[in-house]
Amino acid sequence: MTNSNGTERVDVLVVGSGFGGAIAAYHLAAGGASVLVLERGPWLEGEDFDHDFKLGASYTRIFDFVVGDGMSLLGGNCVGGGSVVYFAAMPRAPRFVFDRQGSIGRRMWPASVTRDTLDPWYDRVTESLPVTRQDWNDVTYSGGLFAAACAHAGRTANPVPVAIDGSKCTNCNWMMAGCKFDAKRSLLFNYLPAAIAHGARIRPMHEVQKLTRNADGGYRVHYNVIDDSDYRITVGGGTIDAKIVILAAGAGATPVILQRSEPELGKMPHAVGRYFSGNGERLNTAILDEDRVRDLLGLAKSDGVPYAASQIGKGPCVASWDRLDGSRPEYTRYSLEQLYFPPGFGTILAQVPGATGPTWFGAEKKEIVRRWQSWLTIFAMTEDDNEGVFGPPPATGNAMRISQQMLGRGPIRYDPTPNTLRGWAMADADVKDIMERDGLSRVMPWTNDVVGAYTVHPLASCRIGDDPATSALDDRHELRGHPGIFVTDGSAVPGALTVNPALTIAALAERAMPGIVAAARARGVNVVYGAPAPDGATSARNAVLPLLVRD
Amino acid sequence: MRPDLPHQTHQTLTLEAFADTIVPGEKRFPDDVAVAGASSGGGAVAAGALELLGDPATGIATELGAFADLLNEHARAYAAERGLTPDPELPPLVGLSFADRTELIANLTSPSHPEREIWILVALFSNMAFDTGAHLHTVDAMAAGHPGLAAMGFSRPDADGLWRFPEYSYGRPLADLHPGTTSSGSPA
Repeated sequence: MTNSNGTERVDVLVVGSGFGGAIAAYHLAAGGASVLVLERGPWLEGEDFDHDFKLGASYTRIFDFVVGDGMSLLGGNCVGGGSVVYFAAMPRAPRFVFDRQGSIGRRMWPASVTRDTLDPWYDRVTESLPVTRQDWNDVTYSGGLFAAACAHAGRTANPVPVAIDGSKCTNCNWMMAGCKFDAKRSLLFNYLPAAIAHGARIRPMHEVQKLTRNADGGYRVHYNVIDDSDYRITVGGGTIDAKIVILAAGAGATPVILQRSEPELGKMPHAVGRYFSGNGERLNTAILDEDRVRDLLGLAKSDGVPYAASQIGKGPCVASWDRLDGSRPEYTRYSLEQLYFPPGFGTILAQVPGATGPTWFGAEKKEIVRRWQSWLTIFAMTEDDNEGVFGPPPATGNAMRISQQMLGRGPIRYDPTPNTLRGWAMADADVKDIMERDGLSRVMPWTNDVVGAYTVHPLASCRIGDDPATSALDDRHELRGHPGIFVTDGSAVPGALTVNPALTIAALAERAMPGIVAAARARGVNVVYGAPAPDGATSARNAVLPLLVRD
Repeated sequence: MRPDLPHQTHQTLTLEAFADTIVPGEKRFPDDVAVAGASSGGGAVAAGALELLGDPATGIATELGAFADLLNEHARAYAAERGLTPDPELPPLVGLSFADRTELIANLTSPSHPEREIWILVALFSNMAFDTGAHLHTVDAMAAGHPGLAAMGFSRPDADGLWRFPEYSYGRPLADLHPGTTSSGSPA
C-alpha cells in the first residue's frame, strides 16, 4: 500500500530479522497485521553458506565486527541475524540474574520479570525452534575434554541445551559461516518462514538510518539500500510509513538508530545508548599437553590420539555452572563454557603462556599456533557493570565501515570498572585452576590490548526497567516518551546474564508480543494475539494464554 | 635505499618485513632481506600476506604504499634513537634486526600509540594470511599446501570441498551434572 504522496505504508515495520525481529514479524503477521521487515544484511540459506575463509565468502557477508574504544562487538548481519551465525547454545538465565542490581542500587529488571514469570515464554521459544537437551554422545571431543578437566578439578559440567538437529550435524565447525547442512535451527527454519507464510515480507540489504514522526502519530522509517558485495556503498534508499515500529537491529545498532533520530523525534530516554553490557565475556585458550590428557583424564579418540581435535565440533557443548550460585555476591558469579572459534577470530588474540617477547604476535606466537589442534577455548560469561556508552552516531549504519564487509569502527566506548575487572580475574583464575591442574595444559586469557574487550553477545544498550532514569523501555518494551516504538532485541535485556543470552532475548520478545499486539490494536491495526508455534504446536501457546487475562 | 630499485619495491619489502614480524618465517632465498628467518617453515609472507593486504576486500589496499612509507619513518626514528646504523641500501624497517623490528611493532600496536589502529589492522590481516589464507578459497589453499593451514594441522576436506567429522565424541559421561540442573537442561 502507498500513501497519497507515494510513500509505502504498512501496519508494522520491523527493523532487523534476528530473534527480536523474527518473533515480532511472525506473531504480528499471523495475527493479521501487514508486516515488513528491513534487514541490513544479505539473505542467505543453506546452499549459500561456504566452508571457506576467503574474504567475500559467507562468513564475511553475514558477520558484523565493530571495533570500538575498549570494546569490540561481533554480531549477525543477515536475514536471521544472530541465529544464523551463532552457536545455538540455549540455556535459560539462572534465577539470581533477575535480581541483579548492577550499578544502579536497585533491581535492574522490571518487577514483572523473574525467572518464574519468564519460564512460560522460555517454553514458547523452546517449542518453536525447538531447543533440545544434549547427551554425552552429542558432546564433541573438546566439550568432553573440558568436562573431564572439570571433573578432575572436582567440578560439575553439563551438556548445554541447543537449537541443533543432531541428526544433520556433521561437526564441521563451520557453524559461524552459516550451517551448510541445515542442522542449526536458525530462524530461517521456524519463525521467519512462518511469518512469510502469513504474508510478512523481508527486504535484505536495507539498512535503517532513522525514524521520524508522522502527523497521524505513526512513524516514517528512512533506509539506505546497501551494495551486495561492498557494504560501504549505498545504492539507493527510501522511506516507509508504519503505525508501529519494532526496533530489533541488535544492541550495537538499535541505540544508534534512535540517537540519529533524536533531532527530529525529540529527546530520547537517558538510557538509550547507555548501560551497554558485553555480557561480561572473556576468553581463555588452553594449550593441552596431549600426554597429560591421556594419563590424567584417560581420554583417547578412536585414532588413539588423546585430543588434538580443536578443528572438530560444533561450538559450545559443555558448560560448568558451579559458580552460578545465587548466594555469592554480585560480580562473582559466572559460567565457563567450552567454545570454538575458527582461525582468524580465534587465534589473533590468544596469548603465549610464559612469553619472553610479545604475547600475541611474533616467533613464540607462531609456535603455539603450530599446536592449534591441541587448543581448547574456554568462554567465561561474567557479570559486568553495564559500563558501555555509545558516542555520537556515525554518518550511516552503526559503524564507519573499513573493509568491504564485516569490519568497521563504531562509536561504543567501554572502560571496565573494578567490578568487571574483578569478575574477569576470578574467571581467569578458575579456568587456570581447572585447566592447568597437574600439568594438563598451559592457559592464557585473550588479550584486551588489541581490540579492547570483546563480546559476541552485546546487550542492554536500550534496556527495559521500571526506573525511567536508568531504562529506555518500560516493561512492555515501549520506548519511553515515544509511543508506538518498541525494542525487542538484545538491547532490551537489562544486563549480563552469565550464560548465552539468545534464549532470554527470544523469550523476552515472545513475552512482549501480547502487549505489542494490544498497542497495534489501539492504533487501529486489525490484529490478534494467539498464534501457535511456527510448526503449529500449541502446548506452550496454550500455557501462556491464561497469563494474558489482564490484557 | 638503493636508488636503482623502484620505490614500490622498497614499499613491498617494508610490508613484507612487517608481516614477517607478526608471523615470522624462514628465508625464501639465501639473500632474502625482508624475511628475517626467525622461524622455521613459511610465515605470513609465504602464506600470502602481501596478496591479502592488496585484496580490495580489506579496504586498506590503496593505503599500503603510504603505510609502508610511514613505517619507514618510524623505523628511521627508532634507529636514530638507539644509535643504530642500519644498512643504507635497505628500507629502514628492513634494515632493522628481527628483534628491533619486533620492538618497534610492539610499540606501534601498543594501547598508547596514536596510530595503533592502523598497525593493528595491518597486523590482523598479516595474521589472517597465515592462519586462514583469506585471499584464497580454502579448498584451493589446502590443495596448494598453504603454509599456515598446514602448520596448524588443518585437515583436508571431503571430495566435495566440505568438512565433516563422523568421529567427534568420546561418547561417554565425563563429569557429574550440576545438582541444580532443571528438567530443560538449564541452570536453576
